[in-house]
Amino acid sequence: MTPHPTPALISRYAAGDTVLDDATTWAMEAHLESCADCRALLADAVDPSTRDLLNRVAEGIDTGIATGPGPKRHRRLRRTGVTARVLPWLLTAATLMLMAVLFERTFVSMPSLVLLIAPMVPLLPVAAAWSRRLDPAWELMATTPRTGLWLLLRRTLAVLLAVVPVLAVAGWGTGHSPALWLLPSLGFTAGTLALGGLVGVDRAALTLAVIWSVAVVAPSLASRQLPAVLSGDSWPGWAAITVALVAVVFLRAGEYRRLGVDRT
Amino acid sequence: MTNGEIMMRTVSVAETAPTTYAWTVYAEKLQVRAGRHLAVNGLDLALGTGVHGLLGPNGAGKTTLMRALATVLKPAGGRLSLLGEDVTGNADLPNVRRSLGYLPQHFGFYPRFTVREFVEYMAWLKEMPQAVIPGAVQRAIERVGLADRADSRMKTLSGGMLRRAGIAQAIVNDPELLLLDEPTVGLDPEQRLDFRELLREIGVDGCVLVSTHLVEDVAVACTDVVLVNEGRLVWQGTAGELAQQGGASDAGDSATERGYSALLRAHRGQVSA
Repeated sequence: MTPHPTPALISRYAAGDTVLDDATTWAMEAHLESCADCRALLADAVDPSTRDLLNRVAEGIDTGIATGPGPKRHRRLRRTGVTARVLPWLLTAATLMLMAVLFERTFVSMPSLVLLIAPMVPLLPVAAAWSRRLDPAWELMATTPRTGLWLLLRRTLAVLLAVVPVLAVAGWGTGHSPALWLLPSLGFTAGTLALGGLVGVDRAALTLAVIWSVAVVAPSLASRQLPAVLSGDSWPGWAAITVALVAVVFLRAGEYRRLGVDRT
Repeated sequence: MTNGEIMMRTVSVAETAPTTYAWTVYAEKLQVRAGRHLAVNGLDLALGTGVHGLLGPNGAGKTTLMRALATVLKPAGGRLSLLGEDVTGNADLPNVRRSLGYLPQHFGFYPRFTVREFVEYMAWLKEMPQAVIPGAVQRAIERVGLADRADSRMKTLSGGMLRRAGIAQAIVNDPELLLLDEPTVGLDPEQRLDFRELLREIGVDGCVLVSTHLVEDVAVACTDVVLVNEGRLVWQGTAGELAQQGGASDAGDSATERGYSALLRAHRGQVSA
């Protein structure tokens, strides 16, 4: 710390003495900033009218702070509106799963409906999370730098974190191996994202759901037999497809930056 | 003392670096599709700093052009560079978008959000640093005169207030390129004056493009006028020059309106000839 200035020097400074040279003034001001004792000396040295003015200003500021609006409470989680748009679809997906479990428990001779519809369950909420039709502010979203693969993956992950426990309960309740309900649904989610880069995520989800229903669900319900793609040893195939589709998604990362009118 | 530190802001190298491009917006033979139709077809345009008014009859391709400049639509042909970066592909989009502000013609919003929540969310989407967001949001809301309604839900706002909330989200990141599609719809005369003032302020060191039907808005608030018709550039010049284009025989109540109709008529004559 710099040496304390003499009281005489302080009172000359307080009086606004113009004879004080700049170097002395600067040194003293630097010292005053860090020394409370000298600031007290300075406060005593200024003339009463100045002290009065300072007091009035301080009081004015204090009352302003006391009577004005308080600081906005900071929300830890920013409101995004995504949850509100996705929640109805999550509930629909959960209800579908519950009905599948009841169906499977009731009609034991039929092929497992839980396994048949599990791949399609995450598609509904994933499509809702990245849909131009459900997002009123999509045109603003489409012009922001954050719009792109990472935001899409973030929302997809959030959906999966909500859907997978539902699938787990249904799978556990009906006694199926996790490889047969988890891997196909992850595969279809990855497929939705990969195809979504071309035609839009919600159209991709709808297309895949229709193809799966027509090509697999309907025939196996008609023939009362679980298809080969959902048999016990099919999981390495599902795993391989999922990994390949995820790779496609990352290779085409740039495609997710546009959310234009010609796609979702 | 910490007080001194709060007052100062670190200026990054990127901020002080001179710009390396001649035009904020540069389009060459630009083609943009609206559905199957080429709404912008062979448009050449160069815009620098200032407030530019985009005029044209309905269906001239104004909104499609705005959407292409806002990087919502991908150009179908030609070249488009914004802030010196080519945006015909997808590569440089995030860089450009960080310096972009956009108010669409149909401003979609979340009814249950407060104005502050909405502008904050947009600021986050624009990748503004977490620490500056609350201050920038408050400033943007104050600049459009909505501070007293900052914590009201958006569904309770009037049409003019919503428009101003839309302008607030567009300017929250201090954009270098600000695109406003019909921003004065629903504003009363006094708000319109404030809005023109705001435009001039931003136009000092940024590029502002305002699409409008109101020729008078352009005459007073814009430094430069861009006239488009059928997806092409018809004329570009200052607002004063536009007023000189018309003669006494042209339709319109003011010199600017007469200039506007004279230019359009001349262009239609050329196209049909």
